Amino acid sequence: MTYFMNSINPKTPLPVTIYEPSNGWLSLHLRELWDYRELLVFLTWRDIKVRYAQAALGAAWAILQPLLTMVIFSVIFGRLANLPSDGIPYPVFSYVALLPWQLFAGALQRAGTSLVGNSNLLTKVYFPRLIIPISAVAAGLVDFLIAFIVLVGMMAFYNIKLTWAILVLPFLILLTLLTALAVGIWLSALNVQYRDVQHMIPFLIQAWMYASPVAYSVGLVPTGIWRIVYGLNPMVGVIQGFRWALLGAAPPDELMVVSILIVSVLLLSGLYYFKRMERTFADVV
Amino acid sequence: MSDIAVKVENLGKMYRIGSRQEQYPTLRSALISGMKRFVKKKSIKESAQDILWALNDVSFEIKHGEVVGIIGRNGAGKSTLLKVLAHITDPTRGRVILHGRVGSLLEVGTGFHPELTGRDNIYLNGAILGMKRAEIERKFDEIVAFSEIERFLDTPVKRYSSGMYVRLAFAVAAHLEPEILVVDEVLAVGDAEFQKKCLGKMGAVAKEGRTVLFVSHNTSAIKSLCQRGIMLLHGNLVFDGSANDAVNHYVLSTRSEDQNEQPTRDVLDFPRTSGTGLAKISKVSITNNDGLFASSFAIWEPLRLYIVANCDQLPSSVSFWVIIKSLSDGAIVSSFQYDDQPLFKAEKSPIYASVQINPNILVPGKYSVSLGIFGPANEFYDWVDNVMQFLIVGEFTSGKPFDHRLGLTTIKYQWDVRNEKDA
Repeated sequence: MTYFMNSINPKTPLPVTIYEPSNGWLSLHLRELWDYRELLVFLTWRDIKVRYAQAALGAAWAILQPLLTMVIFSVIFGRLANLPSDGIPYPVFSYVALLPWQLFAGALQRAGTSLVGNSNLLTKVYFPRLIIPISAVAAGLVDFLIAFIVLVGMMAFYNIKLTWAILVLPFLILLTLLTALAVGIWLSALNVQYRDVQHMIPFLIQAWMYASPVAYSVGLVPTGIWRIVYGLNPMVGVIQGFRWALLGAAPPDELMVVSILIVSVLLLSGLYYFKRMERTFADVV
Repeated sequence: MSDIAVKVENLGKMYRIGSRQEQYPTLRSALISGMKRFVKKKSIKESAQDILWALNDVSFEIKHGEVVGIIGRNGAGKSTLLKVLAHITDPTRGRVILHGRVGSLLEVGTGFHPELTGRDNIYLNGAILGMKRAEIERKFDEIVAFSEIERFLDTPVKRYSSGMYVRLAFAVAAHLEPEILVVDEVLAVGDAEFQKKCLGKMGAVAKEGRTVLFVSHNTSAIKSLCQRGIMLLHGNLVFDGSANDAVNHYVLSTRSEDQNEQPTRDVLDFPRTSGTGLAKISKVSITNNDGLFASSFAIWEPLRLYIVANCDQLPSSVSFWVIIKSLSDGAIVSSFQYDDQPLFKAEKSPIYASVQINPNILVPGKYSVSLGIFGPANEFYDWVDNVMQFLIVGEFTSGKPFDHRLGLTTIKYQWDVRNEKDA
């Protein structure tokens, strides 16, 4: 024991941990998540760094993706279908919506399949599993920021004046990420058990896009009960908010408050479901 | 500070192998079985065959600074034990108490990303294994030097040879500094020279006073690195003692699977001389000092007898005994367990006993082994006469011949020969 004393200071109290069968609803252990924040940064950084590895165009894809989608939308919805765009030039009208939408869709897609995609980590090392879907969501931010540069250029081109409403932008981005995370942690935990989920995710995203005013204006949705149901989709508020904050369109309506509540419930229930299932991930994945 | 680093209490881990055989549970199958339960109004009972206890009622304690080897055949529950200790999976029963941070190394290169460079992977892998960024930066040069890949530091690891990949991965892992280190079979990789280097590093880690749990099939690595050995068999802890004894036990039990292979002998059907049969000797084997089976020995070469006894009902306590008889001259030496060890209180069947015949005082000739088990009142539970034979050859382990001398035994006494009278 003497050599042991030399290397580890016996006065340092060693942390005591107890592993027992998990039962019932545990606390969320958010404190532990904070302790592992460096790993979160590393995993996010890995996702970003690997995404465009061995792609000749590299990070240019972060711009090309929304840009090409915008061109297609402008031709089909702006020119052929001639959809109204609240008096804003259609290209910038759709591009400003595509930014939060692609941030959301990418985050949801990655988060939903994140646990299964990292099964080698789940079965070999311990860390709070929540880090995996969180880093998958966070990894989309860099793409978002790169694509945002193009928007700045477009706004200058169309000579759009900024308003103070731009200050709500960080909040809207946060809401986008939290919505993606709330749905993403539910789907990721379910996907560990039921692989059906990963086949479902592309359809979910596709349907969700048509249920959000990415290519069209909210004004097209008829008022009444369906308009209320429509407004419960958090992405409706986010996209309206983006157009309001950057292009000076009409602000989102009060239904956005309800949709924020829905996101909160979804997020909290997702966290608990995830926590409850996480101890079996390594056995099932 | 507590002396105990790891305390494992009645640990059990159950797997449902029935549901594992289905590829993956799907939503549809979950819905269908949910409906069935609803219709039948009671849960569908799982048959015992669908349940596998990968760990069953395992208990042990490990002190700070101890290096413990865990051995057992594939499927014995070693990896499951490590997974529970590494907090990757929860136990079904029992609990684990750990005093100190745990670092687990269940695979070399966990989380390595093929697209990332060696440099990037050092950071990523370090973080995954639980190192802080500052810690990785501090050890970066040391890790690179240990891995011997300096030239390829900025090459994606997918272009590495498998040897380089493994070296880099082990180098990162070897610089992990938790108080308790849990290691699985990682030494089974790399070339012989690198394995040696890894073993050296593991030995150094152990000398620093860290607690190490080490799973391996490499019995010589266990013997050289570990003080203590724990053997698992079908999820049960069947042996806990010195690393040498554990390895011997392991060798014995792996061989005894094959009934035809001598020199482990099945003696359950052997005619009994006496005994109530409450505990019954079922297997006997003899090994040499290296833990290998043998039937002939040199002069003074220590040998070890292994005995397995089965009990239908658990006796309150047992004590083994052995008599070695010369085929020409009758009984030469006998030994009783209770001379050295208290009576053994068996908690389950079978009971594993071993006795080291050392010093071996036998002269060249043929010998037989008779064994028995006493109950607490010296009553015979079992007695098998002449169940095994072995040979003592007429030479020393060095090969030097043992010239003929008188006497039924021979012992190395201490001699003192000089010109001066005793000072």
